[in-house]
Amino acid sequence: MLYREAGQFKTTYAADQQLFPIRQDRIGLMLLAVAFFGVPLFASEYWFSAILIPFLIFALAALGLNILTGYAGQLSLGTAAFMAVGAYAAYNFQLRVEGIPILVSFICAGLTAAGVGILFGLPSLRIKGFYLAVATLAAQFFIVWCLTKFPWLSNHSSSGVISAQDVVILGFNFDTPVSKYLLVLAIVSVMALAAKNLVRSSTGRAWMAVRDMDVAASVIGIKLMPTKLLAFAVSSFYCGVAGALYAFCYLGSVEPDGFSLDMSFKILFMIIIGGVGSILGCFLGAAFILLLPIFLDYSLPAVAELFGLPFSNATVSHIQILMFGALIMFFLIVEPHGLARLWQIAKEKLRLWPFPH
Amino acid sequence: MNFFLEVLVGGLLSGVMYALVALGFVMIYKASGVFNFAQGAMVYLAALSVVGIMEWGAPLWLAVVLAFSIMTAFGIATEKFVLRKLVNQPPIALFMATIGLAFFIEGLAPMIFGSEPRALDLGIVDEPIPWILDNWNMVISKFDLVAAGVGAVLVATLALFFQFTRVGRALRAVADDHQAALSIGIPLQNIWAIVWGVAGFVALVAGMMWGARNGVQFALTFTALKALPVLILGGFTSVPGAIVGGLIIGASEKLAEIYIPPVMEGMFGGNFGGIEGWFPYVLALLFLLVRPEGLFGEKHIDRV
Repeated sequence: MLYREAGQFKTTYAADQQLFPIRQDRIGLMLLAVAFFGVPLFASEYWFSAILIPFLIFALAALGLNILTGYAGQLSLGTAAFMAVGAYAAYNFQLRVEGIPILVSFICAGLTAAGVGILFGLPSLRIKGFYLAVATLAAQFFIVWCLTKFPWLSNHSSSGVISAQDVVILGFNFDTPVSKYLLVLAIVSVMALAAKNLVRSSTGRAWMAVRDMDVAASVIGIKLMPTKLLAFAVSSFYCGVAGALYAFCYLGSVEPDGFSLDMSFKILFMIIIGGVGSILGCFLGAAFILLLPIFLDYSLPAVAELFGLPFSNATVSHIQILMFGALIMFFLIVEPHGLARLWQIAKEKLRLWPFPH
Repeated sequence: MNFFLEVLVGGLLSGVMYALVALGFVMIYKASGVFNFAQGAMVYLAALSVVGIMEWGAPLWLAVVLAFSIMTAFGIATEKFVLRKLVNQPPIALFMATIGLAFFIEGLAPMIFGSEPRALDLGIVDEPIPWILDNWNMVISKFDLVAAGVGAVLVATLALFFQFTRVGRALRAVADDHQAALSIGIPLQNIWAIVWGVAGFVALVAGMMWGARNGVQFALTFTALKALPVLILGGFTSVPGAIVGGLIIGASEKLAEIYIPPVMEGMFGGNFGGIEGWFPYVLALLFLLVRPEGLFGEKHIDRV
C-alpha cells in the first residue's frame, strides 16, 4: 500500500528517464537527506567521529571500487593505495601551493590519484581477471613503499606520517566533528549523485558491456582502451578524494602503512556485501562492515558471559575476522548481488503487498 | 663475485620456498579453475595445527599426521560447502569467495591453537654449511638446502602421481575439460575433494618448512601474497612454471634488495631498503605486459 507505482504514468521522456522515476523513492530520498542533515541536532561527538564520518568516507571509496569492479569488471586489490595517493596529494597541494582553496586541492588530489590509477590500469589492456588482481597488488605495495621512502612526499616527517592542515573554506574553519561531518556529507552526496548519473550514461553502459564480455563489447564498437582506462581514472578519482577526506576530516594524521592491504580488502568486502554493481550497495556495505565490529564488540562479551566462556580481546578480533570471511562466503553463495539486491526484493514485495499473485 | 653468487644462491633457495606455496595454487587452479587465495591461510593453518598439537603433548610424527587429516578434512569441507555451491559462477566470484575463506581460516586457526608466535623445531639447524664456507667462502644455510631438497622431492612426487596413477590421470582429464571428463564417467566432485586434499598436503609441507624457518606466526599468511608473482611468471597452470617462477622471483628480489638501493640512494639520497616488498610484483607486472600467459601458461583464445 505504501510503495506503489501504479498510477504514476510518464508522459515525457524526461520524466521516464529521471534518476528516481518513482515518487515514493523521491520522497524517501528527501526524508533520508533531511535525516542526514538533521542528525547534528541529536548525535553525540562519538557518533560523528567514530561512525558517521568513516561511514561516509568508506562509502565513497567503495563507490570508487564499485565503479571499477562492479561496473567495468576490473578487479582491484589496490584501493587503499589510491586512497593514500589522494591523502598525500591533498597534503602536498595544501603545503606547497600558496593559498590554494581546500576543495581545489581535494579535486587535485583526486586527479593525481586518477593519473596514478591510469598508470596502473595500463596493464588491464593486456591482461584480465586474476592476473590483473595481482597487477593491482603491485600498485598497493609499490605506492605505500614510495610514500614511506621518499621524504619529500611527507615533508620530511619521520616514517612518512603527515598531519593534515586545517580545513578552511571561505574563512570558516571546519574543526568540529559536526562541521566536518556536514562537509563530508555534502561532498559524498554530490559525488554519489554524479556516479549514479555516470553509470546510466553511455560511458556507464560501455563499462557494463566491457564487464559482461570485453570481446563482444569491442565487436559492437566500444573502444576497449579508453573505456577501461576511464574506469580506472574515475575509480581512482573517487578513491583519491576519499583518501583526502580520510586524512583531513577523519583521522587528521595518517601514515602510509595505515593504507594497508587489509584496508583494500575491507573496501572490497563492502562492495561484495553491499552489492557489486550498485550505488546504493556501497553505502549499505560500508555501513555493514563498519557496524559489524562495533556490534560484535558489544555483544560478544555478553554472550560469552551468558555461557560462562573464557574471553579475551584477542578472541574478539579473531571472531571478527572469522565473521567477515564467513559473511563474504555466505553472501557470495546466497545473494551474490548483496544487500542492495535484498532491498530490491523487499521493494518488489512491498509493491505487491497485500495482494501478491 | 663471490658475494654476488652468495646472494644469488640464497635467493634461489628462498625461491624454492615460494615455489612450495605456489604449487598449492597451481594444483587447485589446474583441476578446478579456482584461484585459491586462501592457500596462504591454509599454510598458516597447517603450521599452526602442527605446533598446536605438539603443544598438547603429541610427538612430531603424530602431529604431522593429525595436521594432515585436519587439512584434508578442511579441504573437503571447503569444496563441499563453499565451492560446490558456487559452480557456474564467474571466476571472479570464486576468487572473492576464497578471499573470504582466507579470512575465515585466519580467524578460526588462532582461536583453536592460539595466536602467539611459536617456534617449530624440525631438528634441522639454520647454520652455514662448513664445507662450502671453507672451500668457496660462501654462506649457504643448511636449512635452505634441506628445504630445496624437500621441494624437489615434493615436485617429483606430484609429477609421478599425476603421470602414473589412476587418480592422477583423472585429475589431468578434469583439468583439461570438465564436461568431457564428466561424460566419460570421472566423478568430478571426488576429484575436486582429492585436489583440495593434495593442496592441503602441499600447504602442510610449505607450512612446516616456513614455520621452522621463520617461526609459526600470522605473517605466514603473507607467503601467499609472495607466491602470486611467482604464479604470474610461471603461468597458473604449470607445475614446472611454479618452480622456475619461484627461483626467478627469489633470486631477483634478493639481488634487487642488495643492488638497487645504493643506486637510488646515489640518485635521491635517503634510505631505500625494503625493495623486496614490492619488487616481485612490479617484475611480474612488467613481465605480464610482454607475455600475459606467463612462461609456461597456456595461450588463451577468446571467442565471442
